[in-house]
Amino acid sequence: MAQYSLTTPLSSEDTKKLKAGDTVLLNGTLFTARDAAHSRLVKLIEEGKELPFDIEGSVIYFVGPTPPKPGDPIGSAGPTTSYRMDSFSPTMLKNGSKGMIGKGKRSQEVKDACVEYDGIYFGATGGAGALLGKQITSAEVIAYPELGPEAVRKITVKDFPVTVINDTHGNDLYQMGREQYEVKD
Amino acid sequence: MREIEFDVVVKAVRDIIVHCGTDLPQDTYDALEEAMENEASPVSKEVIRQILENANIAKDEKRPLCQDTGLAVFFVKVGDEVKIKGGLLKDAINKGTEQGYTEAYLRASTCEPFSRANLKDTVGYNLPAIIHFDIVAGDKIDIEYAAKGGGSENVSRARVFPPAAGKDGIVEYVKEVISDAGGNPCPPITVGVGIGGTFEKAAISSKHALFRDIGSKNPDPEMDEMEQRILTEINKLGIGAMGMGGTKTALAVHIEANPCHIASLPVSVNVQCHSSRHTHITI
Ligand code: SF4
Repeated sequence: MAQYSLTTPLSSEDTKKLKAGDTVLLNGTLFTARDAAHSRLVKLIEEGKELPFDIEGSVIYFVGPTPPKPGDPIGSAGPTTSYRMDSFSPTMLKNGSKGMIGKGKRSQEVKDACVEYDGIYFGATGGAGALLGKQITSAEVIAYPELGPEAVRKITVKDFPVTVINDTHGNDLYQMGREQYEVKD
Repeated sequence: MREIEFDVVVKAVRDIIVHCGTDLPQDTYDALEEAMENEASPVSKEVIRQILENANIAKDEKRPLCQDTGLAVFFVKVGDEVKIKGGLLKDAINKGTEQGYTEAYLRASTCEPFSRANLKDTVGYNLPAIIHFDIVAGDKIDIEYAAKGGGSENVSRARVFPPAAGKDGIVEYVKEVISDAGGNPCPPITVGVGIGGTFEKAAISSKHALFRDIGSKNPDPEMDEMEQRILTEINKLGIGAMGMGGTKTALAVHIEANPCHIASLPVSVNVQCHSSRHTHITI
């Protein structure tokens, strides 16, 4: 298991070297979106309309942060459960997005899309909202402010700690890890 | 009759909500530390280390432990010699909840079930709270509170078994629920198991079982043994912290059992993530 430091936007060259279980410190810009925002983004893509951000090489963070305290860019900001984005993620990857950050297992369609379009599904530590929020140095709502915590935000991160769950080679850390530690009677 | 001012209850509730938002209870912190020491997988060990570091940051800097600050759940025992002066107890609890969530910059997570519209501007900030009342003898109000996140609630399940399912059937069922949940409920988890009663009694018991401190022993030796048996089985699943593979999937299993109908064996499994924000006060 290797350790990397990567800066967004990610290229296929970046993502192809990553293997399930590797740890990565991410730097640069991430875009936040949960289910409600994803359904709108995917609709824009289907209608051939412009997205509120450049999707090429983008990394999407599945998060709905707490309100920031005065003076802070953002509140606590840990990952939300990812399966709710399963129906949308393949479209995002097909259109150039290269990474997703969330928690919990993904569908076979998402794993296949990671292989086909050089995408990575990263896991961040769920419930570590205070720690992860501190690695976010700026945040700006760029679309759908009416969705509140679910609005699309452009955030800047510094050494944001994630683990590769699904890589571009079809590996799945959740499966591998569990097989390794499962005790069969 | 003892009279308690409405605002006294509001403030007490507000205070526990603010406290729980940022301070992981000691029982949970200790259990996580122990889990980190004993975890066989280096990946899961690192996850638990981050969870503990997160708890330290949250406490020191008064930041919410998790961005999902939950729905506010209360179990309230009201003494029959208590009268609330100036309003209803339920309203006081809701008011304290709204104040606590707003003042501590916690997230408003209640919404209308179909339109999914957030209720913060209509019903109130993170309202309504979920409140289970009971009436007891005495002149005090006893309040147990937990902030219950969605990730672990979403994997919870209930089922009414035929009596013949017995203990073995229950152990298998709990294993199945936790196995299917994988990393989604943010393990290391605590598992509440409600047994017996009726369909809803089992569900409420499984929720209440999560309020018990981790590390405390079930007073019923038979249930204590069953808790240990289920815990061992769960930790054999290999799920590990955040589902990344490991030996410490659950910190504890808590059972609450009730008498039930001769025809049925209701069982409910309520899962609590590692961010087990709960506390207990008496007014
Ligand atoms: S399951 Fe618990 S720790 Fe995980 S995101 Fe939800 S509230 Fe936070």
